[in-house]
This record gives sequence, structure tokens and C-alpha cells, in this order.
Amino acid sequence: MSETIQTTPLNRVHREAGARMVPFAGWDMPVQYTSVVDEHMAVRTKAGLFDVSHMGEVEVRGRGALDFLQHVTSNDVSRLAPGRIQYSALTTPQGTFVDDLLVYKLGEDDYLLVINAGNTPKDVAWLQGHARGWDVDVADVSPRWCQIALQGPKAEGILASMTATALAGMKYYGFERGEVASVSCLISRTGYTGEDGFELYAASEHAEHLWHGVLAAGASAGLVPAGLAARDTLRLEAKMALYGNDIDETTTVLEADLAWILKLEKGQFLGRDALLAQKAEGLTRRLVGFETEGRAVARHGYEAAYGGKVVGQVTSGSFAPFLKKNIGLAYLPVELGVPGTRFDVVIRGRPEPAVVVPTPFYKRPR
Amino acid sequence: MVPSDRRYTKEHEWVQVSSGTATIGITDFAQGELGDIVYVEAPEVGKTVAAGDVLGTIESVKAVSELYAPISGSVTEVNTALTQAPETLNRDPHGAGWICKMSVGSPSELEGLMDAAAYAAMVGV
Repeated sequence: MSETIQTTPLNRVHREAGARMVPFAGWDMPVQYTSVVDEHMAVRTKAGLFDVSHMGEVEVRGRGALDFLQHVTSNDVSRLAPGRIQYSALTTPQGTFVDDLLVYKLGEDDYLLVINAGNTPKDVAWLQGHARGWDVDVADVSPRWCQIALQGPKAEGILASMTATALAGMKYYGFERGEVASVSCLISRTGYTGEDGFELYAASEHAEHLWHGVLAAGASAGLVPAGLAARDTLRLEAKMALYGNDIDETTTVLEADLAWILKLEKGQFLGRDALLAQKAEGLTRRLVGFETEGRAVARHGYEAAYGGKVVGQVTSGSFAPFLKKNIGLAYLPVELGVPGTRFDVVIRGRPEPAVVVPTPFYKRPR
Repeated sequence: MVPSDRRYTKEHEWVQVSSGTATIGITDFAQGELGDIVYVEAPEVGKTVAAGDVLGTIESVKAVSELYAPISGSVTEVNTALTQAPETLNRDPHGAGWICKMSVGSPSELEGLMDAAAYAAMVGV
């Protein structure tokens, strides 16, 4: 880990806008501009703009790129067509998470991986360490890119006013190259909020121009800048995993309830044997969603108890601003991880009633 | 915004004494740091505390924070309006967002707390 805190190309913009800045994963990031609840609600009902330039980007190129990515990730990269994106896991030999990531197929033998900011040095070392013998080049290009996320039901309309790229036909988890506010971008229909939206990747030197351009274009539609706090509550309502909270090197892809990014039939890959064995033996615990009935909020690290015994741990928890209730994720024994099961979360030494609920907590209307 | 009619702790509580009763809350700076407050766990009426004891808990969307007793005494009243409208603490931390009232066990303890100027200097406002 580097000692000095890193800044995105938009750091000055956030400070001038009066954002509250906090250290996050080694980066100086805006946690909120006005109010996490207001920013959250803007994304659910109109649109919000996030600086996510801290995310890492890694190019994987060469004749062995596909085979290499099949080896190090859990999803089936051979199913990915150019212009499409896949959510996946970088897996350890134990079937746990080195990281979760997006895999972009830019072209044949040409992929872009988008990884978590705090994991970037670890992931790059992991990928380069495993790349030997695969006829592949792995390059950390994170500093070259800025990334901003335009999220919310108004996102398409706002972006359409700034680009000639046809957005209406763009599918979720698809991308195009195009110009936005005269800046060359990779326009990706992805996000971490549970809403429709776009993530724009551009050269770092254009970050300010792009940010101000999108904000201005969206002002009349109610677009506001939004911080990491809203990003966290939005992703939790949509039950999207947060590395370091819900998933890490101690949790397997199966335990994380992410079997849909696990393609055991694709052939050998890191962690496959361990995951096959775990599937055959049966899981002992699984990540599930819950609600608490009281006003106290269950938070990361709190214990889950059943019949007075500690049976698991809360990995994420928050007041959900759109749903207006307290929600969370916890690893529970599989026999308890059934919607309707009542258990307790231990909050400041007191058991507080909780109930397992189906997830996602929030699903956007289509 | 640091009212001069009360005293402050380094934990960002304020205490205002009037006719032997102390009203307690958290400062505007504190509510700003916490962000949107969603739950205030106030002490029970009758609870007796020493200065520095935990009086209650304040939860925002982002974080959980303890409320410490600025002085010794016993709790005589809690602001029940915060149960239904915890956001009052964000809107009016020095007024309608008061959290509880206490008897003043030892008036000399107030002398050890910061005045408005000292608190303002500490938080840099």
C-alpha cells in the first residue's frame, strides 16, 4: 500500500463544490455533497453523477488473452462478444475472491478489466504473477483513465443530449466508443446503483470538462453530484456486493450467492476444484439479505445470533433511504438463510429482531 | 454557528443550564459530520450518569456515534419528538434537536467545559 493518499483528476472540482472529503481505499474521495439521503433519492428518481476515477483499469492483450482470463476468472469469458461486459470474480485457488470485477471485451485478444480501487496493486500483481506462459500482456492503465458514473432514470436522456452515439438500443452491460461533450469516451451501460445508467471512461486530462459538461446538461433534469455514501446505500438496496465488506479472500463465490458468475463447466480455472468440492459437499453458510424491525441500524461486523448463539456476521447494513427501512447483508448458516427466518442482530450488546428477506431489496421498475 | 449561551465538550455535545436544569444536545458541527441522522437512542428518564458516561447513541446513514454526558446528574426528560423525526437534529441541532435534560449534579463541572469561542476554535469555524 502506498503511504500517500491518492487523488482523482476531479479532486479540485469536489473541493470547490464543497463536498465532504474522506479517505477511502487510499483515495481522497467525496463522501457527500449535500445529504446522502437527497443524493440517493436523486439517483432513484432523477439522476446522480459520481466520480469513480479511483477504480482500477487493467488492459489484458495478446493471443492468449481469452485463455488467460478463463484461467483467472470464474465467469465464462468465451461467451463475451466484442462490445459486451461481464461481471466476474478473480478467484483464489480456494474459490474465494481476490476481487470482483468487470471484464470488457474491446476486441479479439483485447480486454479491459475494471477492478476495485483498494485492490488495484494486489490485483495487478496477481494477474502479472499468473500471466507467465499465457502469451498475454497485463498493463495497469488506471492513471490514464478517469471514470464518471451517470446513474438514474434520467441518465439516458441527459447523455443523449450530449452525444451522437445511439443510446436507446444500447443494452445493459454493453458499451460503445463515442464522443461526449467532444471528449472521446468508452460509454458503458453499467453501474453500481441498481438504476439504469452509464459509466464514462475518458482520458484523465478531460475529466473536468466531462464532469462539468454532464452536470450542465443534466441540471434541468435534476442531476446532482453524488458521493460515495450514496453509492454505498444505493448498491446495498440493489444487493450488489462490496469488496472488503461482503466478499473477500475468506468468502467463496458460492457462499456469496454469486453462482450466476460461476461457470464450472467452462473448463479448468483457479478455484474450480475447490468450488466443485464445496458444491458437492454442500454449503454451510450463505450471504443473505435481512431487515431489522427496530430503529437501530445493523452495521458491518455486528454479530448475527439465533437461539442466543452467534451464528454469523453482518457484512453490510444501513438505513435504506429509498425503501425507508433498515436493511443488511449477513452470512448465515444455510438452514437459517431462508426468507422469513427470524434471527437477532447484536447491536451494542442487545439482540435486535431481524428477518431474512428476498433480495434484491430494491429492483428498478422497467 | 456556535451559540454563546452554552458550554461545549470536545466530543461535540453542548449543555445549556437554566434554573438548575441542563439541556443537552450535539453541535451543528457534529450533525454535519454525521450527515443524515436516522435514529436517536435517548437515555431513559431517571438514568444517573457521571460526566463522560455514555448517555445515548446517534445513528446517521453513514455512521454511529455515542452521546456522552457532558456533566454528572440524572436524566429528567428526553426529547421524544426525535423518535419520529430524527432529522430535526440535522435541521436545528442547537434548538428543537435537543436530546435530553438532566439535573445538574455538580455545577463546578460546567467550568471545565469549553465556552463558545474555545469550541469554535477547536472545530475551526
